[in-house]
Amino acid sequence: MRTLKFILQKEFRQIFRDPAIIRMIFLLPVIQLIILPMAADYEIKNIQLAVADHDHSTYSRQLINKITASGYFKLVDYGNSYRQSFGEIEKDRADLILEIPQQFEKQLVREDASTLFIAVNAINGVKGGLGSAYLRSIIQDYNREVRMQWIQFPKFSPEPTIEITSSNWFNPLMNYKFFMVPGILVLLLTMIGVNLTAINIVREKEIGTIEQINVTPIKKYHFILGKLIPFWILGLVVMTLGFVVARVVYGIIPVGSFATIYIFAAVYLLAVLGLGLLISTYAATQQQSMLISFFIMMIFILMGGLYTSIDSMPEWAQWITRFNPVSYFIEVMRMVVLKGSGLADIKQQLLIISGFAVVLNAWAIYSYRKRS
Amino acid sequence: MKQFISFIRKEFYHIFRDRKTMLILLVMPIVQIVIFGFALTNEVKNSKFSVLDNAHDAASAALIQQLDASQYFELQSNLHSYNDISEAFKKGTIKLAVVIPEHFSDDLEHQNKAQVQLVADASDPNVANTLVNYAGAVILDYQDRITQDKKLPYTINTEIRMLYNPQLKGAYNFVPGVMAMVLLLVCTMMTAITIVKEKEMGTMEIMLVSPLKPLLIIIAKAIPYLLLSIVNIISILLLSVFVLDVPINGSIVLLMSESILFTIVSLSLGLLISTGASSQQTAMFISLVGMFLPTVMFSGFMFPVENMPKPLQIISNIVPAKWYYIIVRSVMIKGVGIEAVWKETLVLFGMMLFFLGMAFKQFKIRLA
Repeated sequence: MRTLKFILQKEFRQIFRDPAIIRMIFLLPVIQLIILPMAADYEIKNIQLAVADHDHSTYSRQLINKITASGYFKLVDYGNSYRQSFGEIEKDRADLILEIPQQFEKQLVREDASTLFIAVNAINGVKGGLGSAYLRSIIQDYNREVRMQWIQFPKFSPEPTIEITSSNWFNPLMNYKFFMVPGILVLLLTMIGVNLTAINIVREKEIGTIEQINVTPIKKYHFILGKLIPFWILGLVVMTLGFVVARVVYGIIPVGSFATIYIFAAVYLLAVLGLGLLISTYAATQQQSMLISFFIMMIFILMGGLYTSIDSMPEWAQWITRFNPVSYFIEVMRMVVLKGSGLADIKQQLLIISGFAVVLNAWAIYSYRKRS
Repeated sequence: MKQFISFIRKEFYHIFRDRKTMLILLVMPIVQIVIFGFALTNEVKNSKFSVLDNAHDAASAALIQQLDASQYFELQSNLHSYNDISEAFKKGTIKLAVVIPEHFSDDLEHQNKAQVQLVADASDPNVANTLVNYAGAVILDYQDRITQDKKLPYTINTEIRMLYNPQLKGAYNFVPGVMAMVLLLVCTMMTAITIVKEKEMGTMEIMLVSPLKPLLIIIAKAIPYLLLSIVNIISILLLSVFVLDVPINGSIVLLMSESILFTIVSLSLGLLISTGASSQQTAMFISLVGMFLPTVMFSGFMFPVENMPKPLQIISNIVPAKWYYIIVRSVMIKGVGIEAVWKETLVLFGMMLFFLGMAFKQFKIRLA
């Protein structure tokens, strides 16, 4: 116990002696947490529309007015050649082309039917798909208006329409920040945890101070615990800071209890720090340990379920995510913060994370050699 | 010149002697591109949904069948009451519930008006939004089919063409994005610790007393890494063409030169971090914790930049990966030439000069 106290003293002193790193541990997450969530909006708006109007009729003008009035579309180019509009797409100034053929109005009136052409930049498939769907529904609306002008309708509308109403549970205002802020906090916490510990032991190796520790009677688990505890405390402080930012800047108050989140976070941090230490015991230089932790972080973060849905990944990738602690914490955050789940609901995730924590730390203690 | 070359030789020895690190540097980008190229898609596929069917008639059955048949949705066992919905959401078994009211067919046939309610689990609002829109589109399709049978007058048809990516593959969007990310971060990290490492180890002093100019010392540090990065670019491009089926529609020479330019920008950024940092740890912290998330979020492949609030759109301009992502998308997938991306190229060029200039300015030739 006494040994541990001295090691802790040494570690804390070492951390606080480097003001640059201390500043970064606290400042980087706070700044990122304030700025980044605002960027994370998948909702498609401001779709840039180029119109190639070969008709120049009342109808074509009415239609374009209706489209721009919808608020989803921004008319960036209005011309009369498809070539020109396509040029706008090539230069990335337009996402969508609406081509109105010659005689559009005449055909519609005389022949009862007319066709519009839509071309979508589909490199981002979702954006393309949603954009064209919006445009189509506006055109259908307009179609209905045109019919109303020409036909005296009987009592009921002649075309069968299905009215769609939708409601969004747990987050009725569809505020994506409620989802993103806790998620980004998890990512930041993970990065800080892994990064700080991943470098720590290997740094002592590189500088040579590890030799001095190796010749002392310090036990292996003392050493690992001494590295773990300071960063564990720092991690919890950073998380608290994060929740303060979430509260003050975004007004996010978890529906569930903070106690549940902190219990999970406490175990989660142990797992993440254990992973960092494990990397550190294997790496020979700080550069190596940084590259390995970058590699692991990138997989953890991009496949954590925050940015893209895990359900739409292929089978083998979903299998990988089962070994990804980040995906469990993000799930738990979502459950507790938005749905108000309690400890009983997150039992399974808590068990799995505890498993990670035990295995990773035990492995780190095992692979730390006092002899080189 | 001879001194310069021997300096570069020294740096090469440094890197090639550390086999393990070199292996990591060369293999890591390959693994990342393959994993993310296949696994990442912001497309919502096979989302689990259920139906609370109060009608149980021909039209409702047809509608459910149409939803299930689309690639977006996967039907789960039916719900029996409104309460089942919240339970299913809490357990996470479904993400969308479709509520069909009684007399759905009747309403549709005789009054020509029927209602469908979509209930989404909006704890992930982005997914919920997409699902509601997709379900809406499928229902609209179904409605169109009935309408067509009835031959209404004054019908505007629409024909939709998906340019560049007719199958709507996620890889077309994510491969350029991941390329930008991997190259930027790996290159930055490579150089970020080089100079500060020499400072920490004390070997910096030896370098400073050499007759070589400071600027050349800095550049000599970056050149071996530039060669490594070129190997990485080639392997990434080969993988995306032959493994991920993402074509190179434009000129390969242009794509290569743009990639090399971007690599130099990233290496210079790393040098800048390295000359400013006090320890390797600080350098790593800046290049990983400080740059990772901003690169993911502002480069535009995850979240379209034009969706962001104005101030954030302005901030996004300082992220080099954003410009490179636009260039790769344009050259690789749209197949356009330099005339469409000269502006982005200029921005990258400017960034390179800025980073190198700042790195040089910060580089102290006296030890504190």
